Amino acid sequence: MSDWIEVGTLNDIPKLGARVVSRAEGDIAVFRTADDKVFALRDKCPHKGGQLSQGIVHGDRVACPMHDWKIGLDNGIAIAPDEGCAASFPIKMEGEKIMLSLTPNEGCPNK
Amino acid sequence: MKEKLVVIGNGMAGIRTVEELLKIDEERYDITVFGAEPYGNYNRIMLSPVLAGDKTIDEIMLNDMQWYKDNNVTLHSGKEVTSIDRVNKKVIADDGTEESYDRLLIATGSDPFIIPVPGNDLEGVISFRDIKDVDSMIAAAKEHKHAVVIGGGLLGLEAANGLMQQGMSVTVVHLMDKLMERQMDGPAAAMLKESLEERGLHFLMEAATESIIGKNRVEKVHFKDGSEIYADLVVMAVGIKPNVKLAKEAGIHCERGIVVNDTLQTYDPSIYSVGECAQHRGIAYGLVAPLFEMAKVCANHLAKMGIGIYEGTMTSTKLKVTGIDLFSAGDFIGDETTDELVFQDKARGVYRKIVVKDNKILGAVMYGDTIDGTWYFDLMRDETDISEFRENLLFGQAHLGDSGHGDDSRVAAMSDSAEICGCNGVTKGDIVNAITVNKIFTLDEVRAHTKASSSCGSCTGLVESLMSHVLGGEFSTAPHLKPMCGCTDKSHDAVREAIETQEYKSVQTVMEAMEWKTPNGCSKCRPAINYYLVCKFPELKLDDAQSRFINERAHANIQGDGTYSVIPRMWGGMTTPQELRAVADAAEKFNLETVHVTGGQRIGLYGLKKEELPEIWDDLNKAGMVSGHAYGKALRTVKTCVGKDWCRFGTQDSTGLGIKLEKMSWGSWMPHKFKMAASGCPRNCAEATIKDYGVVCVDSGYEIHVGGNGGIKVRATDLLCNVETEEEVLEYSAAYIQLYREEAHYLERTAPWIERVGLNHVKEALIDNPEKRKELAERFNFSQTFMQDDPWEERAKGAEAHEFTPIKVIG
Ligand SMILES: Cc1cc2nc3c(=O)[nH]c(=O)nc-3n(C[C@H](O)[C@H](O)[C@H](O)COP(=O)(O)OP(=O)(O)OC[C@H]3O[C@@H](n4cnc5c(N)ncnc54)[C@H](O)[C@@H]3O)c2cc1C
Ligand code: SF4
Ligand code: SF4
Ligand code: FES
Repeated sequence: MSDWIEVGTLNDIPKLGARVVSRAEGDIAVFRTADDKVFALRDKCPHKGGQLSQGIVHGDRVACPMHDWKIGLDNGIAIAPDEGCAASFPIKMEGEKIMLSLTPNEGCPNK
Repeated sequence: MKEKLVVIGNGMAGIRTVEELLKIDEERYDITVFGAEPYGNYNRIMLSPVLAGDKTIDEIMLNDMQWYKDNNVTLHSGKEVTSIDRVNKKVIADDGTEESYDRLLIATGSDPFIIPVPGNDLEGVISFRDIKDVDSMIAAAKEHKHAVVIGGGLLGLEAANGLMQQGMSVTVVHLMDKLMERQMDGPAAAMLKESLEERGLHFLMEAATESIIGKNRVEKVHFKDGSEIYADLVVMAVGIKPNVKLAKEAGIHCERGIVVNDTLQTYDPSIYSVGECAQHRGIAYGLVAPLFEMAKVCANHLAKMGIGIYEGTMTSTKLKVTGIDLFSAGDFIGDETTDELVFQDKARGVYRKIVVKDNKILGAVMYGDTIDGTWYFDLMRDETDISEFRENLLFGQAHLGDSGHGDDSRVAAMSDSAEICGCNGVTKGDIVNAITVNKIFTLDEVRAHTKASSSCGSCTGLVESLMSHVLGGEFSTAPHLKPMCGCTDKSHDAVREAIETQEYKSVQTVMEAMEWKTPNGCSKCRPAINYYLVCKFPELKLDDAQSRFINERAHANIQGDGTYSVIPRMWGGMTTPQELRAVADAAEKFNLETVHVTGGQRIGLYGLKKEELPEIWDDLNKAGMVSGHAYGKALRTVKTCVGKDWCRFGTQDSTGLGIKLEKMSWGSWMPHKFKMAASGCPRNCAEATIKDYGVVCVDSGYEIHVGGNGGIKVRATDLLCNVETEEEVLEYSAAYIQLYREEAHYLERTAPWIERVGLNHVKEALIDNPEKRKELAERFNFSQTFMQDDPWEERAKGAEAHEFTPIKVIG
């Protein structure tokens, strides 16, 4: 894949926090977990479009700030009983550098 | 050699006396008990719930066979004593067993009264007194359909209800025109009858039984007026007569009962008597409360301690039919010299009547809502002068003060000496003590520790209210404390206590030390723990941004469309041309469409992008404005009216006071949002009585109100107290806020918090205990020295920049 872009370094994101990659087609939220895993999701809650980047990260999930839906960070899928998804984007780490692909993973229409 | 104590009657009074005796002197006697019934001692009054199918025999056992072994008490069960040989000091039982005694206790209870009509010995005609009777009623209900209960008193109605629960069609036959005429007055009896009829009982009033008809088994009951009804079971519940046969035959002086003096001694100095068979000062009782008191006194004299006299018991009545609450005590009929206070609400099924003479309560009868029964009973027993609150007497104890929020606050309002369990003489104080000292959480544990609610059970509701009052939200989920969230079994209080005692200093340590089930909590527990840490250690500034909800992390309210609002503080709702100009400039500069005057007397600017926040804050800061914390679980606004300065009704400087309150408390983090108000007079234009803390100025000073809420569920405040000076208002406010900060669960507003802990708890901390109030206020003011940094200013200067800028902008 050729569309990897560097978005910043691990230290730019607080542990259990998120930052936003701002984009005309809609923002992407980049999350960092307690054990330094990094995930990227479309910054749009499947419920009513809340900004997931503003939620509370716990484990491999984020709680949407609007109505507290929980979304899985690795695949963007809402945790039952809620249903829906936010598109997830591939991330790879090159040392401290965070590389993001703008081509979302298959399977979620909410891009 | 030990002396010998023989007890005749293995029932409630006899065994209670033995228990009381063992408590104070285990060594004195070899104790032998004779019981005609082939069981241990059981709770006779619970036979009604057993009949109704709500309890089993096992559950109502008070002393099982093991108990007698453990306490070295010899029990001859199933043996009836047939004679007492006073000359040789021994008793003889029906099977020939003999026991000699040094002291003898007669506790033979009473026998059911069997009306002397033909046919009263037919099969299927029984009384309601012991396990055997209940067994035969339950057996009859399996095979037969029609039951007739003769007697519309307590016992008869409980029998009728039980038989109906067992599936029989039941008719209650009563000689009088009112049910329970000795315990109820006309209106209460009528309401009782109506609701029992609704449940399916039938009544034949003013019906005198003439004969019972049948070949072997009963078939019909025949009345004096010639009418008849079908019956294949007849229960006689027309009264009891003290069981004095044995004593009489032994030549012990008896009247209706065995006559005893104030030490429960009969005319034979080595023979005592307690319970229903005894007659004291002319009265033979038919309830358990008196016999428990007798047991105490009697035990004391058996132990030769010789203190305590029994002076009689004032009794009250309750009916043990689930869902029917009635209460009566004393003289509730009255005469020309007495006044009647009556409250009746037919639609709600509530009736109360209190008979008063010279401002003292002589008696009370209540139906429907009886929680105040114990209070009236206390006032009556203590002969309290009620003139001060006579006009509110009928509305109950909770209306004396200012609350009025269900049973919880009513039990909160009871004094510690108020008796909750009449059967066992257990006071509110005893129960509260047992709960707090033994750290118990279930009704069963309370029963085990205090005996409250373990006899007739009619105080169970009160005990439960009291438990939920003392234990708060936890009780509803007893036996376990309610866990904070799915990540843990620990409750909010447990976490706070651990932070307190173990001095954990980070969210992560708390979760690790307390064995959280998830690696880093969730959006419920993390913000809560973070708050508890911030509250406990203000000086350490432990705040963990990632454990805060976005509004508090960004210090602005996220709106539905993902933009933010900005609301600067306007102290006490006051502003200046300069501030207004700054607000107007900012609105123009950032192209804001919405500028709104908020309900808290401030101006809100809506529609800002996150990136713009630090800049607008900087602009507002320059005009001297700071964050209004409109987004936080924190002090929000202090609403005021213009007060004495401008308003003709104003009594004090409510605006100035509001500003002082706000300057004192802004910046403090709380369990939930916190709003205040100060009104210049009781017209209350600042709506102080729906705020978390409201001040209403009056001529003589200030009324302080707490625990109001204007949200989804409106709650008016409770009046905390009146004070005279502004300094006091400020001190009370600081102390109250700190109490709330330290005790409420995260996300619990003051209204539910007060309902949980009770207004009295707050009063105890703030009013009864000036020392504690001062300490609380000091802790608050100390904490404030670390809190009053304007978060906008810090961020406008570049703090937490990552929060407000994208990591990358593409395209
Ligand atoms: C169905 C029912 C419901 C009741 N509900 C309530 C209520 O809600 N509230 C309330 O306060 N009270 C209530 N009572 C009354 C209460 O149960 C009595 O007041 C209490 O049990 C009296 O205790 P006692 O020890 O005096 O008599 P008992 O408990 O009757 O004990 C006497 C015992 O002595 C035995 N005995 C008698 N003679 C001899 C002998 N010669 N030799 C050996 N043993 C003998 C009897 O078999 C009996 O077991 C109720 C009673 C009944 C039957
Ligand atoms: S509360 Fe009283 S003093 Fe204040 S504005 Fe209203 S009427 Fe005037
Ligand atoms: S009343 Fe409802 S809609 Fe209006 S501001 Fe409050 S929460 Fe929003
Ligand atoms: S928009 Fe995310 S939970 Fe409602």
